[in-house]
Amino acid sequence: MITPSSTGNWLLAALLLLPLVGAAVVVALRGNDHVAKLAALAFSLVEFVLGVVAWIQFEPGGARLQQGFSLDWIPSFGVHISFAVDGIALVMIAVIGLLVPLVIGAGWADKVPEGRTKGGFFALILLEQALTVGVFAATDVFLFYVLFEIMLIPMYFLIGSYGGARRQYAAVKFFLYSFLGGLIMLASVIGCYVLAGEELGKNTFDWSELTSVVSKAPLETQIWLFLGFFVAFAVKAPLVPLHTWLPDATAEAPIGVAVLLVGILDKVGTFGFLRYLLPMFPLASKELAPLVLVLAVVGVIYGSMLATGQRDMKRFLAYVSIAHFGFIALGIFAFSSQSMVGSVTYMVNHSIATGMLILVVGMVIARGGSTRVADYGGMAKLTPVLAAMLLIAGLSSMSLPGTNSFISEFLVLIGSFPNAPVYTIIATVGMVLAALYVLWLYQRIMQGPLRGDALVGAAGGPGTMIDPEIGAKRAIADLNGREKLVLAPLVLLIVGLGLYPKPVLDVVTPTVDATMCQAALVDPVQSAPSAQSGERQSQCR
Amino acid sequence: MTPTYYLLLSALLFTIGAVGVLVRRNAIVVFMCIELMLNAVNLSLVTFSRINGSLDGQIMAFFVMVVAAAEVVVGLAIIMSIFRTRRTASVDDSNLLKY
Amino acid sequence: MTGTINLAGTLADGAQQATGVANLAWLLLVLPAAGAAVLLIGGRRTDKWGHLLGSATVIGAFVYGLVLFFDTTALGADDRTRDLHLFDWISVNSLSVDLGLRLDPLSLTFVLLITGVGSLIHIYSIGYMSDDRDRRRFFAYLNLFVSAMLLLVLGNSFVTLYFGWEGVGLASYLLIGWYQGKDFAATAAKKAFLMNRVGDVGLALAIFLMFKHMGSTSYDVVFAEIGNQSTGVVVAIGILLLLGACGKSGQFPLQAWLPDAMAGPTPVSALIHAATMVTAGVYLIARSSPLYSLAQAEDARFVVMIIGAITLLIGCVIGCAYDDFKKVLAYSTVSQIGYMILAVGLGPAGYALGILHLLTHGFFKAGLFLGAGSVMHGMNDEGDIRRLGGLAKKMPITFITWTLGYLALIGFPFLSGYFSKDAIISAAFSAGGGRGWVFGGIALFGAGLTAFYMTRLLILVFLGKPRWEKLKSEDGRAYHPHESGPTMTIPMIILSIGSVAAGAILSGMLPGWLEPSVGELAEVHGPLSHTAVSILTVGISAIGAAIAFAVFGRREQPVTRPQRVSWPVRAARADLYGNHLNEALFARPGVWLTRFLVFVDNRGVDGVVNGIAAGLGGSSGRLRRLQTGFVRSYALSMLGGSILVIAALLMVRFA
Repeated sequence: MITPSSTGNWLLAALLLLPLVGAAVVVALRGNDHVAKLAALAFSLVEFVLGVVAWIQFEPGGARLQQGFSLDWIPSFGVHISFAVDGIALVMIAVIGLLVPLVIGAGWADKVPEGRTKGGFFALILLEQALTVGVFAATDVFLFYVLFEIMLIPMYFLIGSYGGARRQYAAVKFFLYSFLGGLIMLASVIGCYVLAGEELGKNTFDWSELTSVVSKAPLETQIWLFLGFFVAFAVKAPLVPLHTWLPDATAEAPIGVAVLLVGILDKVGTFGFLRYLLPMFPLASKELAPLVLVLAVVGVIYGSMLATGQRDMKRFLAYVSIAHFGFIALGIFAFSSQSMVGSVTYMVNHSIATGMLILVVGMVIARGGSTRVADYGGMAKLTPVLAAMLLIAGLSSMSLPGTNSFISEFLVLIGSFPNAPVYTIIATVGMVLAALYVLWLYQRIMQGPLRGDALVGAAGGPGTMIDPEIGAKRAIADLNGREKLVLAPLVLLIVGLGLYPKPVLDVVTPTVDATMCQAALVDPVQSAPSAQSGERQSQCR
Repeated sequence: MTPTYYLLLSALLFTIGAVGVLVRRNAIVVFMCIELMLNAVNLSLVTFSRINGSLDGQIMAFFVMVVAAAEVVVGLAIIMSIFRTRRTASVDDSNLLKY
Repeated sequence: MTGTINLAGTLADGAQQATGVANLAWLLLVLPAAGAAVLLIGGRRTDKWGHLLGSATVIGAFVYGLVLFFDTTALGADDRTRDLHLFDWISVNSLSVDLGLRLDPLSLTFVLLITGVGSLIHIYSIGYMSDDRDRRRFFAYLNLFVSAMLLLVLGNSFVTLYFGWEGVGLASYLLIGWYQGKDFAATAAKKAFLMNRVGDVGLALAIFLMFKHMGSTSYDVVFAEIGNQSTGVVVAIGILLLLGACGKSGQFPLQAWLPDAMAGPTPVSALIHAATMVTAGVYLIARSSPLYSLAQAEDARFVVMIIGAITLLIGCVIGCAYDDFKKVLAYSTVSQIGYMILAVGLGPAGYALGILHLLTHGFFKAGLFLGAGSVMHGMNDEGDIRRLGGLAKKMPITFITWTLGYLALIGFPFLSGYFSKDAIISAAFSAGGGRGWVFGGIALFGAGLTAFYMTRLLILVFLGKPRWEKLKSEDGRAYHPHESGPTMTIPMIILSIGSVAAGAILSGMLPGWLEPSVGELAEVHGPLSHTAVSILTVGISAIGAAIAFAVFGRREQPVTRPQRVSWPVRAARADLYGNHLNEALFARPGVWLTRFLVFVDNRGVDGVVNGIAAGLGGSSGRLRRLQTGFVRSYALSMLGGSILVIAALLMVRFA
């Protein structure tokens, strides 16, 4: 049970409530596009500042769960509305705070479909933000389940109402996949609840209490409960072969929504691996690790090869993410602190790098009006800065040293190698394939002579586009000030975290250590001093 | 006095009622058959009440009669209104509520 | 990082903490990096002075490198290995990677080579790129390269080396694809990066192995612990490092990207693809000398030598058949790096020789490329040697400097190649037994071939009749060859002086200077004395050159390449089918597999999901037919259901 203790809990409550209030305000203002947009941006920026403050207030060496508060919800079942953050949840909440203003900025000038308002769009995004912050911060398993399902609803409308031509199909597919996974998880949640009720003699859904009971259950029981959670998280993450909703959803979603989908929603899956699977079912995790590792490595290779074979830019982005999620799952189930820290930083860095890649591709599409790769060619001549941005985002996606993603991929691989050498060696092939799909995409869009229907011809003369705002053709221009402003923070983070990842690593490492301890895992490579002292902490934080 | 005969009679009446409900088309007859089934149940309730020497079954039978009376009121009203609009009381003709 | 750590018994002490002027060594990295950042972010605003800033940062780094060099020579031999800790880079529990620099004779040698040759080539590029409206960006990329390359050689752990390693790969990618409006340049750039990445995977796996078995990736710990590892681990790390070296240095079987990389501007070919980056593989193996010197690493060393020998032969053979000025030089580079790899594969007897050849090669090959650039600059970018000829009179400075480089490369007595290459050949003969004869013989034969193809180049480009007089270039202009301006000729002159003198100066000093880094140069004695090998080499080179004169010098050459040629020539023109092999083994099956997987994903995996959805929809469509609307059928199903329930209850009760 977490009791309100310090000012930190007000911060978390504010982080949860502010986007909700923001969504309501933006809906009320939706009659005037401009005011609604400014209000949405203002709320998201304040939320970002709150996220930074929460980061500063967080004590890496302190308690496992911090800044928490708890309210009764359904006392007869022991359900509480309780929130708190650990290092992993904290960095994810910070990433959400970072991405939402950028998404709002990137979608500033996009047209919405007939009969919809910009205000409604941004309000849904703010609502989604509140719910995802809640999912990462929830410490009551029932509350987590409820938020896990509810967060599908705004996303369903974001895709289904504001998306592309096949948006209905994509939205329903997305919803059904996630919802089915969630229902299976509900069965496991109830299973854990019953187990804890028998063991403790009281009704509780509290994460710490459930964990303490369930983690001691026999292997057979753990495996069934594990599988229930695993299916839900594997759909979300997504792991091959439960991935096919993502390409459709990404392809049909508006660009900003695709960023949130891949950058935040999908991370709930891998977050769940770390927060729920390993601590609650340590025996089953160890027993079933080979299964997950196989799926992870297959995901790396399969996602990479499919990314190479895509003709549509947005589907390409989805498969790139599937490959990256393979790396994240590999790191988590390779059971070393390096690989797990690598996976968590991968979650952060993937949001930054792939988020930027999606935004940049969106800017390409905004100019050419087509998502087909074959409609482009030699665009660097027209838009050198945009080309540079695509290359930077791409280089980060392929984990070039000096970019943020290198740190995470390196940690995942070097940490996985001692425990799972074969899987790691296969996954390194993904490094080569990553270079292939990124550079090939860059070559096809940006290099070579000027060509392609989107750039030459269709829009009325070489190098012109149909301007969505004025509805007439004009020359394809390089990035404007707003677009540069949206991308600049991401470029800074890509280079900054690539050269100095310590701030993230320091926050994440204690939480990963605690997770390892809960799951009774020991690093395969011990540092010299700790090997000498030899004693393990008997009590996990 | 063995109660078996009462129970057998009750089963017989119930079966006649059930078969009537299934095979007859006229709504009024179907309705009467339902009444027959209810009364068959009443008979067995009273019989069991006698066997067990408690009044529970008889009280239950009164409840059934009250429900049956209410049902007659509502059911006959429905049949009447159907007959007025469609000029027939055959249950097979009122089959609009389907897939 | 202080303390006494015995490096596999060959080196006395571990690294000292850097002090004094060496504390500023980070300037070496930051100066060019800042230059690149300013030029890239500044954009067109910096067009006017961008090239000056770009050159100034590298010259500044060179000057500081000299200061550092003299600072180090003032120290005793045991104190010359110094570490500079910058900051904790990646640190998670037992894994700790610092961003730190190692200043020792080996890295300082490279610093001087990179910044020295780099400065000259920056100056040269001012003239060479003067017509390009993006010259500023070119200098930004060159600066980026210099910074990454310095990080590669200065890093004090394998991870920092890897950082620089991929950084130079990026710079190389950007510069090969400089003319990115042309498809072949873009493809060549991508190919270079991909083949490098294959090598990088080897390097990465070697690093993972080090962490698993030694718990660290820093040079200090790895070299101290490597002696305690099993033979399997040592050989595996050795071969994986070699794979990395093969990728970066264009060694067999990853050599195919280097000739294509000539799609970049000529200064790039000179700096990156001749003098510095492609020699990083040699640096890697020399840097890992404590590993390769171990007795357990015998097998790894042998593989290194085999790769070097195969590559030097491949390079020579293909070089004989090509008609593209720069590609012949590129294959020459491949083959010369083969010599270096062969040398460092010899172990303690060869590290210093490999580095010596690397330095002299850096001078003369950069000079040769700059000469080629000067020729192409004056000839409307014409690179086909069959369309050149007789340029000696038109471009006297280029001709003389180029010829000096040529003589140095083929090992003309007392020029620099003579000292470095002959030493390698002599050492190869000393490898012992039949192995020595084979490797020595290959190296010797390679020297003859080198003389042959380089002489062919000299004759076709500078001597003979001018074949270009009646031709027009691709864009329809007539050729008006002219000597290049001073920003281009002065670097060529300086490099040619280096080509002449570097060997004589360095061959005496270098082994002693490098001793703290790669250990003492082992004295070896082969079946042939050093003098005998020298005489043999010079003789065979002379024969090669004479044959070239006999074939190409006496009669006029056609301006298009002859089609009716023997099969060895055809094979050599097709890169000995290396590209065909890559195509057949990787590219085409990869494309098929990708198409197949896309099909499987859309029809198979997604098909199953959509199939389940369609199946559910269809079956519920059938099931709803049960709702007939007849009250009697509902009543019947109710009755049936009730009977079933009662039956079930009774069964449970009485079963």
